[in-house]
Amino acid sequence: MYRIVSTRVLAPTITRFEIEAPFVARKRKAGNFIMIRVDDHGERIPLTIADSDPVAGTITIIVQAIGKTTKQLCTKKAGESVLDVVGPLGNPTPIHNHGTVVCVGGGVGNAELYPIARALKDAGNTVLSIIGARSRDLVILEEDMRRFSDRVAVTTDDGSYGRKGFVTDQLKEFLDTVPGIGAVYAIGPLPMMKAVANLTRPYNVHTLVSLNTVMVDGTGMCGGCRVTVNGEMKFACVDGPEFDGHTVDFDELMMRNRTYNEMERVSDELHVCRLTGETQESVR
Amino acid sequence: MNSANPLKPSERMKIPRQEPIEQAAAERSTNFLEVSFGFDLDRTVVEAQRCLDCKTPLCIDGCPVSIDIPGFITLVLQKDYVGAVNKIREANYLPAICGRVCPQETQCEELCVLGKKLTPVAIGKLERFVADYEMQNNLFVPPVIAEKRQEKVAIVGSGPAGLTCAAELARKGYQVTIFEALHAVGGVLRYGIPEFRLPKEILDIETERIKALGVQIFTNFVVGRTATIDEFFGEWGFSAIFLATGAGTPTFLGIPGENFNGVYSANEFLTRVNLMGAYRFPDFDTPIRIGKEVAVIGGGNTAMDAVRTAKRLGAEHAYLIYRRSRQEMPARQEEIHHAEQEGVEFLLLTNPTRIIGDGKNWVAGIECQRMELGEPDDSGRRRPVAVKGSEYVVPIQTIVEAIGQKPNPIIQSTTPGLDTSKRGTVVTSETQATSRPGIFAGGDLARGGATVILAMRDGKNAAAAIHQYIESQKTL
Repeated sequence: MYRIVSTRVLAPTITRFEIEAPFVARKRKAGNFIMIRVDDHGERIPLTIADSDPVAGTITIIVQAIGKTTKQLCTKKAGESVLDVVGPLGNPTPIHNHGTVVCVGGGVGNAELYPIARALKDAGNTVLSIIGARSRDLVILEEDMRRFSDRVAVTTDDGSYGRKGFVTDQLKEFLDTVPGIGAVYAIGPLPMMKAVANLTRPYNVHTLVSLNTVMVDGTGMCGGCRVTVNGEMKFACVDGPEFDGHTVDFDELMMRNRTYNEMERVSDELHVCRLTGETQESVR
Repeated sequence: MNSANPLKPSERMKIPRQEPIEQAAAERSTNFLEVSFGFDLDRTVVEAQRCLDCKTPLCIDGCPVSIDIPGFITLVLQKDYVGAVNKIREANYLPAICGRVCPQETQCEELCVLGKKLTPVAIGKLERFVADYEMQNNLFVPPVIAEKRQEKVAIVGSGPAGLTCAAELARKGYQVTIFEALHAVGGVLRYGIPEFRLPKEILDIETERIKALGVQIFTNFVVGRTATIDEFFGEWGFSAIFLATGAGTPTFLGIPGENFNGVYSANEFLTRVNLMGAYRFPDFDTPIRIGKEVAVIGGGNTAMDAVRTAKRLGAEHAYLIYRRSRQEMPARQEEIHHAEQEGVEFLLLTNPTRIIGDGKNWVAGIECQRMELGEPDDSGRRRPVAVKGSEYVVPIQTIVEAIGQKPNPIIQSTTPGLDTSKRGTVVTSETQATSRPGIFAGGDLARGGATVILAMRDGKNAAAAIHQYIESQKTL
């Protein structure tokens, strides 16, 4: 059992958890993820580690309640536990001094981006950050990002905060106006990362993306996370999760990620029914 | 002469081999309950009487862990079933598992003298009976450990090799800790072998018995990531380490279309079902998708497990595609036979060349070519040769590739000085020693893909070698 030390709601549906996992906390580097299982009927799902405290023996994860498991997790309070946490998994983000870098985060992807921005800053980079969200209430970690960024730009789809539009609008402006951008780190929904990679390609700026895929074990065993990178089969869990965005077949991955859509809906609806006490035999 | 057996040898030879109690094929192919229930007490007693109690028993030579087979059968005849299981346990700490999954027909039973003219003694089923008898009647008493030692040994991986090595060393008095990457113990016994061949409850009980020896188990611990081998020797204070992480990395055929939705590695397919309980979705959260027509590619035990699982998950047609003929299949005869009984359709001398999609990234079919058998290859099996122009398409919605696994590279890549082969296996000596002093390896990590019992033999040999190594370090 892994005890939840604290929880904090960052935005509607987005919660930050500190969880006791001393071995993971000691080893974790920016870009690593854990596999987590809430209870003994639960799925194993990958979540990026946003932060860790090796002394306290805790790790921080930021979770958006979108499916059954994440919704269940987001009902957990401090003092409660999750059944399984394993990590740190995946390759740490390669951190170099590129001169100037742009960190582009979409939605809850900002949680994964934050430790990377921080590591890039520590490595001596000038860090320009773009926080993208659908609307103002879903903008997270703005203050944290400001601490480790030389400039922060916020974009919202509906214009309720910051610049109205997509992260790519802001990124294009940086690419056109800021000299010496050596790399772009983009983490967010797949369509966003695809758009970022397409945008930076003609600028010939190295673009790292972090892929979220279907995973069962997270240690290289199932192969469910396979992606086509540069025409070759790669496993996101052990070969990634970060890859050169210009070489990733995003279209294939987006279709692969739909494999269980219907079943995930069933699982989710059933969970909601259990919570509300209503019975809906139709979802069985 | 066996005083426990009242029958003369000529009388014993007249008794027919007893048949195990099995679920009917039509019924079992729709559920995940165990296929075979083994022997009841009556059959056990009759079968035990068939043993000739040979002066030089060949059956023991056939057993990779050298169980005293006539010895335990004599105890069965004396109605001392717990004595019998303890006799087995002297050589093999996982009798309930081996009684179920060992290929006895190519080991102990193959060498049984009775088998030359008649049928061999059903040694595996007798082993299973005594192990189950002890479990059902709650008669297990943990062995007394004579001498406690201070030295700590780390076992990496809780599959058959790791569990066996742990049991052996714990019985010698060592402080043993097992590290398991997944959330549950057992390795391939947990994620690979289906419930209908090895119920998880049996595995859980055997695991508890290893814990009863004082063995500590850390699950959710990926050695190489959560801590490294060098840290184990350093701050963790382990004197020796046994690596038994198996062959957990799937291989793919490399044909077009393998990233379509609905293509699984056998590892993923079986892990979803066995480890994660996907056959009980939505009661369990992990889903699995199964089409009306499922094709499993391969001819080994893993392929049999996958195709029989597909049938149980509701496939109308569960095909097994294998490029050689039935004779060359590496799977156990019993498993092939069970699969046939359950309605699995074998497409033999058939080689998949391409997976066909439906235009939306879903599998719609598989293109195959017919094969002929040519000259024998390095493995001694006749090499399959494609028949030109014989390509045809089978409509399929789910494909499972069961064409072999490689070792997971995490430990090898994080442990300097550990020699590996081109196939990714860890190189070991006859005593399971690796290129690094104090590190031993065995099971599929060293073999690249073999049986449960061979992994157990490696675990046992490694325990002996680790004991010797630790003793030799003391005298330095």
